[in-house]
Amino acid sequence: MNFNKLIVVFSLVIMALGLAPKAHAAEEAAQAGEEKKGFNATEVIFGHIADSHEWHLFDLNGSPVAFPLPVVVYGANGLQVFSAGHFEEWHESEDGKLQISNSYNGMHLEKGMKEKLVADDGSSIYDLSLTKNVVSMIIGVILLLWVMTSAAKKYKAKGSMTAPSGMQNGLEAVIIFMRDEVARPNLGHKANKFMPLILTIFFFIWINNLLGLLPGGANFTGNIAVTCCLAIVSFIVMLFNSNKHFWSHLLNPPNVPFPINILLVIIELLSLLIKPIALMIRLFANMLAGHIVILSVISMIFIFGALNKFVGIGFVPVSLAFSVFMFMLELLVAAIQAFIFANLTAVFLGQAIEEGHGHENEIIA
Amino acid sequence: MDLLTPELGLFFWTLIAFLAVFFILRKFAWKPILETLGEREKGIADAVSAAERVKAEMSQLQAENEKIMAEAREESSRLMKEARETRDRIVNEAKDQAKTEANKILVDAQQQIQQQKMAALAEVKNEIGNLAVEVAEKILHTQLSAADAQNHFAEMLAQDIKLN
Repeated sequence: MNFNKLIVVFSLVIMALGLAPKAHAAEEAAQAGEEKKGFNATEVIFGHIADSHEWHLFDLNGSPVAFPLPVVVYGANGLQVFSAGHFEEWHESEDGKLQISNSYNGMHLEKGMKEKLVADDGSSIYDLSLTKNVVSMIIGVILLLWVMTSAAKKYKAKGSMTAPSGMQNGLEAVIIFMRDEVARPNLGHKANKFMPLILTIFFFIWINNLLGLLPGGANFTGNIAVTCCLAIVSFIVMLFNSNKHFWSHLLNPPNVPFPINILLVIIELLSLLIKPIALMIRLFANMLAGHIVILSVISMIFIFGALNKFVGIGFVPVSLAFSVFMFMLELLVAAIQAFIFANLTAVFLGQAIEEGHGHENEIIA
Repeated sequence: MDLLTPELGLFFWTLIAFLAVFFILRKFAWKPILETLGEREKGIADAVSAAERVKAEMSQLQAENEKIMAEAREESSRLMKEARETRDRIVNEAKDQAKTEANKILVDAQQQIQQQKMAALAEVKNEIGNLAVEVAEKILHTQLSAADAQNHFAEMLAQDIKLN
């Protein structure tokens, strides 16, 4: 596969679909500037962590520098694809909680805590837009595919008995770590079968975590739809691979009197469902919290700056030191959360495929 | 709670992208990488075990060599000892033989000396006898030159015969 070509095609598609007149931006920003004196940290932070139909990089002279992204929507009129740049005029809703855009193709955007595409007539539409998060993910995916396939090529080219070098070397350490510390202890002799899944989960989450940390990056892994999707994938894999022993243990715990049996089965079923939910919430909350903390620390400069210019400038070193520390921490968290997700997937899978041996005396699993 | 409600679009794209990544990487990355890693580990393990085997063989060889050396040393000392013994035996035999030979020669010599001594003695005796006879003859010759002496002597002889 030629990834350079792929990237070019990808960016062309995004541009063709997305790029549209942005003249409105200056006016909009000017209006916003008039309306809101001071600095609204909540709005800034939630504007950053929420998904959006445009990729907002920064404001220049009061006008936002942003790429509108393609809107893909499935509704009563079938599948429609157009640029989000068509939503260019915003006004406030009557209760003042929402920002509402102009109507285009019978639909408009509503921006509260989140940005929503709503049909004007209230009919249900399915918003499949290539939002900021989706585009960020696609970049992550391309990076991932490029890195991994080039490493794999190196392996093929150099053969098995040559020492790894460069990126291949770093990857190999991670891959071997995942195999020896995650897959094998949990999955035993079936480790090889599930290694691709565990590695994909780990690297997919890791690279997207890291991309999210870049300035201007999207909060992809801190979005519950994403973690939900990943958790469901790992849950489904777990269910499809669970064996008889797992279910018999779950639905008919051995060595337990009948009434407690019922209670146990209920608890076990709940715990089965809680597993993917825990996976989902953990990654979501960790990444979201990291983003919020970093943004809050940065926002402090502007909050103090709004009070007094010199206080704001005085607070810069503190805030920067803090955010550098947080970035370091988040770099760790990015890897740790990816590892934990992969590891817990392996643990749950391991429980599901465990063969019955030596557990007869265990009352509560 | 807005943050906690998953959006369909993002969910959909994430699912598609994740599955695509999974299948692509499984085929084009994880499989070759993991296979190569497995191969390499096997190769290293083989190499290590081969090295161990060679080491064991080497030490065995060395032990064998030492054994052979020891045997050779033992053999040579045995040979030396045997040679010494043989030499001593030969020398002793030679000595004994020489001694017996010498003794025999000595005995022969003594016998010969004895014989010659006896022969000499016998000759001397004969000579002495002859001389005595000669002397007696001369004496007799002189004494019996007179006639009465001859008679007297004949008488004396006759008497001797009679007495006998």
